[in-house]
Amino acid sequence: MPKTIGIPRTLAYYTFFPLWKVFLEELGLNVVLSRQTNKNILEMGVRDAVTDACLPIKIYHGHVADLKDRVDYLFVPRMISADGRSTFCPKFLGLPDMVRFSATDLPPLLDLEYRMRRGRFSNFLFFQTLGEQLGYPLRQVSRGYLQARRVFQAYREWQYAGLPPEEAMREAESSGRPRLPAREVKQHAGLRIAVVGYPYVVYDPFINANLLQILKDAGCEVWTVERVADSRLRTMSRQLKEDLYWYYSNRVVWAGLHYLSQLDFLDGLIHVTAFACGPDAMVDKLLELESRDRGQVPFLKITIDEHSGDAGLVTRLEAFLDMLKARQRPGLTPRV
Amino acid sequence: MKISFAHIGYATMAMERLLQDLGHEVIPPLQPTANTFSLGAVHSPEFACIPFKILMGTYLEAMERGADALLSAGGRGPCRAGYYGEIHQRILRELGHEPRLFFFWPPYQVPLDTLKKLNGLRGKTSWLQMVRYIKKAWKMMIALDDLEILSHRIRPLETETGATSKAFRQALGYIRQARTLEEIEEASIAGIERLHQVPQDPNREVLRVGIVGEIYVQIEPAANFFLEEMMGEMGVECHRSIFMTNYVRHDVFSRHGDLSARELAQPYLPLNIGGHGQNSIGDVVRFAAKSFDGVIQLAPFTCIPEIVAKSMMPHLSQELDIPILTFFIDEQTARGGVETRLEAFVDMIWQKRALRNAGSRSVFDRAKIPGDRGLAPVSSR
Repeated sequence: MPKTIGIPRTLAYYTFFPLWKVFLEELGLNVVLSRQTNKNILEMGVRDAVTDACLPIKIYHGHVADLKDRVDYLFVPRMISADGRSTFCPKFLGLPDMVRFSATDLPPLLDLEYRMRRGRFSNFLFFQTLGEQLGYPLRQVSRGYLQARRVFQAYREWQYAGLPPEEAMREAESSGRPRLPAREVKQHAGLRIAVVGYPYVVYDPFINANLLQILKDAGCEVWTVERVADSRLRTMSRQLKEDLYWYYSNRVVWAGLHYLSQLDFLDGLIHVTAFACGPDAMVDKLLELESRDRGQVPFLKITIDEHSGDAGLVTRLEAFLDMLKARQRPGLTPRV
Repeated sequence: MKISFAHIGYATMAMERLLQDLGHEVIPPLQPTANTFSLGAVHSPEFACIPFKILMGTYLEAMERGADALLSAGGRGPCRAGYYGEIHQRILRELGHEPRLFFFWPPYQVPLDTLKKLNGLRGKTSWLQMVRYIKKAWKMMIALDDLEILSHRIRPLETETGATSKAFRQALGYIRQARTLEEIEEASIAGIERLHQVPQDPNREVLRVGIVGEIYVQIEPAANFFLEEMMGEMGVECHRSIFMTNYVRHDVFSRHGDLSARELAQPYLPLNIGGHGQNSIGDVVRFAAKSFDGVIQLAPFTCIPEIVAKSMMPHLSQELDIPILTFFIDEQTARGGVETRLEAFVDMIWQKRALRNAGSRSVFDRAKIPGDRGLAPVSSR
């Protein structure tokens, strides 16, 4: 009977899941995901987590509660750094400890440090240690790692091509790397909106009241952080005097700056942020000031919290979209 | 240069002296008031922490009074404070101010950058002279912290409510007037004597409560509603974990932070998560080891490291058998609410002590645990 390992379906899941999953499955382990975020998970999370935590952390606790009774191990890596240039938010750094001291009756936690810092092999070292902890020989671990990395690479490429995470995972596993010609911008009749924000906020339809679907239903083409090439992000980073300290925040700001400079291409920029998110207080102000300085691309900030009804959000979105449409026909826009 | 800076507790005075010595015209920052809070909150991001908002308000007030340069400092990730300089400057620019900003990061991490900024501050003073001035300001900081620590010890014993606070303010006045090293030494001694003149009841039983948490809301009394004075007048001896001097020792003149606190925190939070999150955990362990009656955690609302620390507090409280009360402070917090909760907390720990029946224990227990400055003033060691 293979051991089962539970992975909460939120936070770093959206970025690294294929890497973890393929590796663990190559070792012959059984990977179990928590259910899609739902009301029950949110309630369990609110109950377990410290009151002052931000929404995504509460939801993470909910996913842990959803998993804990049906797995042998919980995979809660301590995400420290993914690019060697910045760390994750302090809440990610303390996540295994928060979970350990907030939830009860937990299975053993796999809380290895994920730290891409010391050279190119640190990624492998993480998996080597993980494999060792679970008692597998180096050969099997190496093979698993190579396979996982291959799928992960394909996953990133599918995301770049525009697939949302869950579909990109399916495609990456079933058909490998996307065989696409160089990305070309197709003519699009509706509005082009960039939605920037952390993947666990943008891609979780429960917590953002299905924002992406609403936009698509309104005939918009949606662009996200994952659709900006890494090289382009690095270029944009030079426009700031100083990097932010957090991996996801940097990516959001850089992608935001990229979209703000795409004047002919983009109609509007939306920043989605979660209630009480610390780094976002900085990110949002930066984006707001940058968009105001440049004065070209309209900017909307949407804050989501644990009891936001859809109605308020939908109304604000509709107003924003109406404004963008009016802007496309210059005769109709009142000059301010 | 008309320079101003963030108001940070009583150390403000030492900073003011240093900048005056360097030949700048100093616009002394005002102690934050309700007005500062709301002025700052209006122009800050909603979820920025209260130190950001207070600093924003302080800066705006200073700009109105004619400042054209600002001085501040912060860590360098993963806590947000290191980025505050950049955002403050952008917001001020948006409001039509163009201050020159000196934002210092820990010198060991960015030595060149620090030297460059020091050079900018130096003006016409020679480097050697500047080092002397810094040394003098440092002595002044030590004198100020000694006075404050002593006032925390004497206040719960005073026989006349408010006498200690009055004496403390007089003693601060002595130090404010001191200009040379010798004068600072003299003022410090005079201040300590002045505090000892406060009529006391040495036999009174007092509670000992440790204070942990984020640095700004600990050090700036206006940000924590003069918590130590409130507690002292309730008969509680406060031992704060962060003073300006030990902060400078641990985080400015050294690259490691408070090693003893970090070590004590290992079993609970093995990684430095920025700010004073790990210190808060370590200090709770330390206070519990010295059988304090309780701990108060002070933190700004949305402070990321302190939230992580808070998530472990219920567990720590149970395991170490020490009551812990957390205050998350924002611009909505009012003195009345804080006072009511404090009174309830103090009542509770009195009862706990009665249950434990430890009446004979000495109040001035001088267990030697490294790094704790709450127990004895520096000059008396």
